[in-house]
Amino acid sequence: MRETALSESRPLQWLLIAVAVAFLALFLVLPLAAVFVEALHRGVGPLLATYTDADTLSAIWLTLIVAAITVPLNLVFGIAAAWAIAKFEFRGKSLLISLIDLPFSVSPVVSGLTFVLLFGAKGVFGPLLDDWDIKIIFAVPGIVLATVFVTFPFIARELIPLMQEQGTAEEEAALTLGASGLRTFMTVTLPNVRWALLYGVLLCNARAMGEFGAVSVVSGHIRGLTNTMPLQVEILYNEYNFVGAFAVSALLAGLALVTLAAKSLLEWRHAEGLPTARRH
Amino acid sequence: MTVAPVMGQRFTFVRPSALPGFGITLGFATTYLSLIVLLPLIVLVWRASALGFDGIWQVATTPRVLAALEVSFVTSALAALLNAVFGTLVAWVLVRYDFPGRRLLDAAVDLPFALPTAVAGIALAALYAPNGWIGALFAPWGIKIAFTPAGIFIALVFIGLPFVVRTVQPVLQDFECEVEEASATLGATRMQTVFRVVLPALVPALVTGVALAFARAVGEYGSVIFIAGNIPFVSEIAPLLIVTRLEEFDYAGASAIAVVMLTISFVALLIINSVQALSRRRYEGA
Repeated sequence: MRETALSESRPLQWLLIAVAVAFLALFLVLPLAAVFVEALHRGVGPLLATYTDADTLSAIWLTLIVAAITVPLNLVFGIAAAWAIAKFEFRGKSLLISLIDLPFSVSPVVSGLTFVLLFGAKGVFGPLLDDWDIKIIFAVPGIVLATVFVTFPFIARELIPLMQEQGTAEEEAALTLGASGLRTFMTVTLPNVRWALLYGVLLCNARAMGEFGAVSVVSGHIRGLTNTMPLQVEILYNEYNFVGAFAVSALLAGLALVTLAAKSLLEWRHAEGLPTARRH
Repeated sequence: MTVAPVMGQRFTFVRPSALPGFGITLGFATTYLSLIVLLPLIVLVWRASALGFDGIWQVATTPRVLAALEVSFVTSALAALLNAVFGTLVAWVLVRYDFPGRRLLDAAVDLPFALPTAVAGIALAALYAPNGWIGALFAPWGIKIAFTPAGIFIALVFIGLPFVVRTVQPVLQDFECEVEEASATLGATRMQTVFRVVLPALVPALVTGVALAFARAVGEYGSVIFIAGNIPFVSEIAPLLIVTRLEEFDYAGASAIAVVMLTISFVALLIINSVQALSRRRYEGA
């Protein structure tokens, strides 16, 4: 086809596609492939040795625990914030919305630092925590707090735009018909936002399990106790145990692929249940 | 920050509504937000302010801190610029052309959001090391990528790409083809239409995407430290210097660098926002 007034010529189209594909292959596909190749290049033996290592197993366990605490906390917050913001008109609303997005513009390292300043040995509450013999920094509670901070906006920012688009008519109808507030929420609002909720949970979970910078600052890297999977990757890598580091990385990369697949499936199958910006 | 007063209503905090649960949900959301996000950030600013303006200035202008800030901000800007070009190209190809594997490619764009940064970091370091798949191609010419600022640049391109693609893509999708038809009808060549009609309309979204990629890159830690080499004055980024200061128990120094970083990012975003407002006004006024 020749170049027309409304589209580029075929050769130019193929050239642009080729450049875009090459760029994405170089910057996205190659690093992903490298993870699996490096993990497997000594065979399955060393891979299994890593997966049965006690420190690795406790890192996997801790990662699961942190995500299991973080995601529900931010889920409850996301639903509460979205209900107040999307269903009501009140003063200071846009300020509240920008504050919710704040954690995205703070470096993960800085978010970790803030919790050290609060709860560390020389922090604001340090002496108090010491008296009560509570450890937050260099312990699991600090890791959870830092992860909650970093993943704070994920669920709220999916729910708010969708619930704003949906308005309040259906809820008002349910209330008029005599349903209680809770029943209205459970049978009208929640089914309307379930796909966006799942979408937010997916993204929140992926980041919670993969967070490195913030967690690294507050964890103290105590083997078997305060190491999450990403921190275990760092430790193994710095010990020149590359197969081990890439073996743990392969698990995390697998999680990333599952997240991407589920996310794309939601975008294709349930686009009407997601905020407009997610429909593409 | 005020809601437009509703017709014939008193000026109240919340507009009356038949729906229940406003007080409890807003109360819970603001309390949780204050405890998890605001309190820590306020403590950070408070801690740094104990140094006073002079103290912060002194920390920020030590040669090592200055060098780290320069490495962070310059490589982030360069990476964001490369992403501006290729991100727009990728968005264009994904929206305008149909080809086998397009949906797969579209899904792959979000990989940097989903892949943990430490994993990306060691993968990139392995690829670009002198004995890696890509590093080995450059090694014979004496070009080192990993463990130099070039490595930082590569990691930041990886991290920033989806921000540009995902902000430009929806605007390109919603672009009305009537405008292109009008331009063609008036005798413009395809190149003229693309460069003088379509691309200018993408500028506000592009600026937003680039700003987001830049802001993310400045604070990025996990994907950078494995490939950077972390040599003070050469390839040491500001977030790493914060970690180093913390490990020395120099809380004040760490807070000072953090506050300087936050301030520079904030000012940069402010400038970009005003540029964006200007360009939007110009485009809409044209």
